Amino acid sequence: MGDPGRAPVLVAAGLAKVPSGIAGLDEVTQGGLPRARTTLVCGGPGCGKTLMAIQFLVRGALDLGEPGVFVAFEESPEELAQNVASLGWDLAELQTRELLAIDHVRITEGEIVETGAWDLDGLLIRLGSAIDAVGAKRVVLDTVEALFGPLGNEVLLRAELRRLFRWLNDRGVTAIVTGERGDRSLTRHGLEEYVSDCVILLDHRVHDQISTRRLRVVKYRGSHHGPDEYPFLINQAGFSVFPASSMGLAHEASDDRVSSGIGELDRMLDGGGYYRGSSVLISGTPGSGKTSLAARFLEAGCERGERGLLFAFEESPAQIVRNLRSVGLELGHWLEEGMLRIIARRPASSGLEVHLARTYQAIEEFEPTNVVIDPLSGLGGEAYELEAMLSRLIDHLKTRGITSMMTTLSASEHGEQSGLGISSVIDTWVNLTNHEMGGERNRGINVLKSRGMDHSNQVREFLITARGVAIRDVYAPGGAVLMGSARAAQEAQDRAAAKAREEALQVEQRRLAYRRSALDAQIAALQAEREAEMLEFSSEIDADERADRGVAEARESLAARRAGLAIRDDRAEKPGS
Amino acid sequence: MNSETHEPDSGIGEGETFRLRLYVAGQTPKSLAAFSNLRRICETHLAGRYEIEVIDLLEHPQLARGDEIIAVPTLVRKLPEPIKKLIGDLSDTERVLVGLQLLAAQGGEQR
Repeated sequence: MGDPGRAPVLVAAGLAKVPSGIAGLDEVTQGGLPRARTTLVCGGPGCGKTLMAIQFLVRGALDLGEPGVFVAFEESPEELAQNVASLGWDLAELQTRELLAIDHVRITEGEIVETGAWDLDGLLIRLGSAIDAVGAKRVVLDTVEALFGPLGNEVLLRAELRRLFRWLNDRGVTAIVTGERGDRSLTRHGLEEYVSDCVILLDHRVHDQISTRRLRVVKYRGSHHGPDEYPFLINQAGFSVFPASSMGLAHEASDDRVSSGIGELDRMLDGGGYYRGSSVLISGTPGSGKTSLAARFLEAGCERGERGLLFAFEESPAQIVRNLRSVGLELGHWLEEGMLRIIARRPASSGLEVHLARTYQAIEEFEPTNVVIDPLSGLGGEAYELEAMLSRLIDHLKTRGITSMMTTLSASEHGEQSGLGISSVIDTWVNLTNHEMGGERNRGINVLKSRGMDHSNQVREFLITARGVAIRDVYAPGGAVLMGSARAAQEAQDRAAAKAREEALQVEQRRLAYRRSALDAQIAALQAEREAEMLEFSSEIDADERADRGVAEARESLAARRAGLAIRDDRAEKPGS
Repeated sequence: MNSETHEPDSGIGEGETFRLRLYVAGQTPKSLAAFSNLRRICETHLAGRYEIEVIDLLEHPQLARGDEIIAVPTLVRKLPEPIKKLIGDLSDTERVLVGLQLLAAQGGEQR
């Protein structure tokens, strides 16, 4: 503000950055730490500040050819070497190869008497000669706050620290200074006041006896950076940050569908199953078959040649395989063939971030097509945390086109309140229910939601048998969905009723047939009677005619006899008539 | 222990020679002030039994590590033992005397 001419130059030139050597941090900081500037890394005791700083130097030296200087105010070089030996870093060897110089500044409170004005030139000279000795491009001061107290005059020290940081910049080295987290400020002694380029805060919380580690870039002058807290992990690979939330919502939406492994469920999902790369939630009460449904999804994937990764938090892999075998799901050979991997961990073994971080790592390594997390609550953490972290995980999976399925225990029978506000990140939500009727419990299945498809709104029966999982069509006589024995009883009842109806019909038909034949007989008799009568009647007519003709003939012959010419006339007249 | 250390304590300043080393970084006003203050104090309190060695770290940077020098000027009392460190331009005479344990010799027991 005070120097308006300078800012545009900075912007135009862009901010040069150097790779931090910390996995994932360069993504969060969009390129690394500010070159030839000082970065403050602050956090509570044991949060990993020193390790992060050493990794910055080791990776710089080994991977980027940038030697470094480590000024240790607290730990001795031997202690430092021991602490990082388990990570495979040989600090002594790096020193021999002149890639690293370690200067241990021993300073103890009460040892020094202050007698007037002083400056930190002694430290600058030491640092300067160490930088020159190895041609250092990177410097770590861990932690310069140790100077507060022993050196007395705090006002003088602050002025001198300001000079120290400026001096580091002038030397062109990229530096990390560490600081202990304060109660009200980022560092106990307000170092953030002097380091204005980049401030990174490490947090190590213990909640419910489980430790979680997080990193946040508090500020980064002249650069964009991820604003969130990111989980980080310290393990054999060193210090790694997991910047999943920097992904955003840019993932592609696939039209490709993947089968749920159960034909009837696919039909409930608009005929095609889930969308590839979507997130599926299986909620259900205890024992409603969540794991079986999820395992069937993975098995079906393996059958299609897709790799599946199962994160299990309740059972060991062997137990899972055995239990699923009992319901006709055979996962053993997929495990052997490397198509399936089961990663089983106790939920309580570590915090949410650590679980998620390991989840990311396993996904990187195994490159699965389908992922199941069973159950979601196994990731641990508070509901609000889980929601935030889960949305990152799901984004991460979606970006990779991985179809994910998570199970969650629902408290109520209807399961729509799964206790998690995660619906927004879920594309397809399948709910499994237990229905108690007639002294038994049966499983129901319905699709609560499924984005982008016309899904069934019906409850169906979900069957887990020794031959596998299946879904049966709705059986809903008179509006009530029936399952299990009740369904069987109803079906039997209905069959009996149908049979009775059929028998009644047959009786009726027979009765009708009889009646018809009776009527037919009656008709035949009447016809016969009629014919007989007709016959009689016509013979009477004949007889009458004959009688009439006989009378006429008799009359004619009589007349002919009366007039002898009558017959000749009759013959002569005939052709004319 | 306390009663035993009392005897040598009172002996300090009476017979032993003080070997003092003053670390500076170049001929700065602070260095010059420190040196003249030191000379004055030594002449007043340790006349004839002190040695002053001045080390300019600009010329011998490697020597800074040996005595763990961070701030300059730093005055190190090498002898008598134990080693004592004083930082600053030595303008606060009373603190210099305390730091060198010279007040204890003069005023008896010093706590």
